[in-house]
Amino acid sequence: MSLRFSTMTAALMALGLIGMGGAAQAGPTLDAVKARGQLVCGVNTGLAGFSNPDSQGKWTGLDVDVCRAVAAAVLGDANKVRYTPLSAQQRLTALQAGEIDILSRNTTWSLTRDAQGLDFAPVTYYDGQGFMVNKSLGVTSAKQLDGATVCVQPGTTTELNLADYFRANNMSFKPVVIEALDEVNAAFFAGRCDVLTTDVSGLAGIRATVATKPDDFLILPEVVSKEPLAPVVRHGDDQWRDIVRWTVYALVEAEEKGVTSANADEKLKSADPGVQRLLGAQGDLGKLLGLEPQWSHRAVKQVGNYGEIFERNLGKSTPLKLERGLNALWLNGGLMYAPPFR
Amino acid sequence: MSAPPRNRLNPNDPRVRALLWQALVLGLVALGTWYLASNTMANVARLGVASGYGFLGREAGFQIGETLVAYGPQDPYARAFLVGVLNTLKVAGIGIVLATILGTVVGIARLSRNFLVNRLAAGYVEALRNVPLLLQLFLWYGVLTEGLPGPRQALEPLPGLFLSNRGLKLPGPADDPTWSWVAAAFGLGVLLALAATAWNKGRQARTGKRLPLLPITLGLLLGLPGLVMLAFGGAALDMPVLKGFNFQGGVTLTPELAALLFGLVTYTAAFIAEIVRSGIQAVGHGQTEAALALGLSRGRVLRLVVLPQALRVIIPPTTSQFLNLTKNSSLAVAIGYPDFVSVANTTINQTGQAVEGVAAIMAVFLAVSLSLSALMNWYNRRIALVDR
Repeated sequence: MSLRFSTMTAALMALGLIGMGGAAQAGPTLDAVKARGQLVCGVNTGLAGFSNPDSQGKWTGLDVDVCRAVAAAVLGDANKVRYTPLSAQQRLTALQAGEIDILSRNTTWSLTRDAQGLDFAPVTYYDGQGFMVNKSLGVTSAKQLDGATVCVQPGTTTELNLADYFRANNMSFKPVVIEALDEVNAAFFAGRCDVLTTDVSGLAGIRATVATKPDDFLILPEVVSKEPLAPVVRHGDDQWRDIVRWTVYALVEAEEKGVTSANADEKLKSADPGVQRLLGAQGDLGKLLGLEPQWSHRAVKQVGNYGEIFERNLGKSTPLKLERGLNALWLNGGLMYAPPFR
Repeated sequence: MSAPPRNRLNPNDPRVRALLWQALVLGLVALGTWYLASNTMANVARLGVASGYGFLGREAGFQIGETLVAYGPQDPYARAFLVGVLNTLKVAGIGIVLATILGTVVGIARLSRNFLVNRLAAGYVEALRNVPLLLQLFLWYGVLTEGLPGPRQALEPLPGLFLSNRGLKLPGPADDPTWSWVAAAFGLGVLLALAATAWNKGRQARTGKRLPLLPITLGLLLGLPGLVMLAFGGAALDMPVLKGFNFQGGVTLTPELAALLFGLVTYTAAFIAEIVRSGIQAVGHGQTEAALALGLSRGRVLRLVVLPQALRVIIPPTTSQFLNLTKNSSLAVAIGYPDFVSVANTTINQTGQAVEGVAAIMAVFLAVSLSLSALMNWYNRRIALVDR
């Protein structure tokens, strides 16, 4: 690649054209983010609980909070984020093309995606695909959906799982595939489809925010896929991947150690060496990542630990009313587990 | 007196200079293309993205809502692409025919001497061509899905015809050999009608007399298949029946296709109407007066004198409108019609091979547009004035 580029450079120089060429490779993402003073974060165009602009245009949600935590860790300020709303089809191309530094947009971790020039940070939400129907159809199980019309967004693992599930159960269906999330939801609530399918968390969010009568709609009990949703970065910038990965782990570790946004300052003086290392009061974990020692302290203080983020965006007090379930700490029977901070 | 021998590489010779500049510009363009292409390939390789069209043979895994050929999720991407191309061609083909008919009618109506008719036509043109097409598609799709009842409360304006937010369901031909005989009879009817038209033309040239052609053609086109059907004692129909979630059987016009066709046809027809109007007005008024003076009726003046001359003005810009309609059909992705762009976008997202996917989209539209353009140019040459 370097050879190819240098022959090109030579050829261009011969023509006196050098200076117009766009560099083939941007510098490491961390330098770019620091120089810009802003993290560019790809988010969903609007999904309650994950990334959703409120009435003042301020973004909220679990995916948004992950970006805020990374911005706090890297730049010291959780508000130094520019959000780029992306459709399901645009998101991976936008990341590969370098338009965004991090994609935090309820994206499922799969082998194909991991192998095609992307790297996944730890899972921030363990989800699964489900089906929502109008109660008036009298359907109580996904096994009764033979012949149904299904509204689905294109280019998602959802579309593949849908086809797999109906094939495995020897049932037929008609997909209505619409790119924009708003339009898919509108088509479903207008009755164009019998079934709306996406991740269960998404269905809960859509039911809570889009349906005029949320009680008229039923999320069927079958969960037909594993959807580990994780932030994504470009393959090849290992330092940046480590930063995103360990920022997410820091949020989980903080919950495990009882560090919250409210007590982060006093926990700096905690007697527990584990807490001290986590918050950077002791050791040089931040420096190893190329960050300042207070990186994780800032993230937790400004954004909160994983448990706080979950409850604020998805938990019992929100319209989504989701249980922690698989997303509880490993100590409580869930899957949230951070490797040691040492 | 002969010209002095020219120095072939003399830079003061304007022709040599022009060639030099052209060679330089061509070289720069080629170099720029090479730079972009090699840079893209290097970047793609660095990111570890696969390249090439090897994925076409792999299982697609997704379902497509509307298909002209048999397709299932177990079929390869290549077949999904074929389904997408056929869906694009279907919309473009039907759309071009309908837009031409509607555009011609509206264009002629704009020139009507009836105040109401020409004002209505003008209002249609101005309203439709000044609103973005995407908005019109959303409007038609919204009307069809929000405005119509669900399948269990479907409207039944005629027996066997159901209108619901799942689309228009019509009885279709059932699996019955009679239908192939009916189709054969229709084919024969078309051939006989063409022969009758040619014979009538020759007869008119010889004797100046004309037969009433319309009843003859209609009789051949409808009567022959009808007689065959009677002879076989009727053909079985596949009636749509409400079963489970939706109607099964029959023929379906989905809301997606209907909204897309309706939007494309009404929008493009507004432009074609203006082209038809300008084409007719480009024919000198003396032509009309002369034809009227010969005693031709107004309808025949239009059909035999004005339109053949107007077509020479109409065809080239109409070709552009046909191409626009074909390309605008890619807006289908917004309202869920599975055209080629929609299928290719899904493929890009699943394989990560955006460069190949976008190249395929461009190649398909280029091929369709160039073929259409070639066809229209051939027709344009055929109707052009022949110098004698």
